[in-house]
Amino acid sequence: MKTIIFNVFVLMAIIPSLWVALSSNIVHAAFSLLFTLFGIAGLFVLLGADFVGVVQVIIYIGGIMVLIIFGVMMTQGARLSPLSVNLPGRLLAAGLTGIILAVLMVAATHFLWPVGSAPPPPTPASQAIGNLLLGKYLIPFEVASLLLLAALVGAVLIVRHSVRSDLSPSVFIIRRKQRGE
Amino acid sequence: MTYSLSSFLMVSSLLFCLGLFTVLTRRNAIGVLMGIELVLNAGALNFVAFSRFLEAPEGAPLISGQVFALFVIAIAAAEAAAVIAIVLSLYSMLKTVDIEQYQQLHG
Repeated sequence: MKTIIFNVFVLMAIIPSLWVALSSNIVHAAFSLLFTLFGIAGLFVLLGADFVGVVQVIIYIGGIMVLIIFGVMMTQGARLSPLSVNLPGRLLAAGLTGIILAVLMVAATHFLWPVGSAPPPPTPASQAIGNLLLGKYLIPFEVASLLLLAALVGAVLIVRHSVRSDLSPSVFIIRRKQRGE
Repeated sequence: MTYSLSSFLMVSSLLFCLGLFTVLTRRNAIGVLMGIELVLNAGALNFVAFSRFLEAPEGAPLISGQVFALFVIAIAAAEAAAVIAIVLSLYSMLKTVDIEQYQQLHG
């Protein structure tokens, strides 16, 4: 039973990610990334990391995917330019990633990992994670919060100038008046 | 595939390579961002798989891998916000998201 669910989540993660890499439509790629992220969240839950799975759904699917889809929609004027590099470049990239994939596969299957009698993690893992975050990993936790603050302020600062100069509503109104609408 | 450490590692290395291929071949900046998200997710999956399967030193379950996966997700969120801001700003300046047109950024 566990094997069947595992294989379903694996297929749910791998097949849409093939589409992310190969699709010629950026909107299709964005929506298949959504399914990949759901599949990986399922794999997290299957590994006993329920809290990480829920955080994956909330942050990746609720936050990052919305951001990416908004980015795709706001740059629609760029649809005409090609989405991928030309065929020789793609073949070169495929060869390079194929070599890396072969090395990683050999490492994953042939290396003797010290897989022992690890007890399964406590299933509401949130208490243990909270204890670690505010105990052993307090400094990385605070650094991560600072990083998020810096990214927030930086993103607003970068976009503010361009919005003010180019995309502010008054500009649209003026352009509409110029077109006589 | 069976439910074991090496199958999780195979899945995550496949995801990593697909993300790397996406980063290398996309000319759309948002497509490159999608590839980076795939790579980061493969790394987080590796962390959680190792924390589930590897032998703990004193018999206690390893939770540190899950904490590191949370850090990966936080960094991915910050990175996505910064990348989208930069891409939108460049799009309003240059009217394109084709990264080969961004060559004038150097220097």
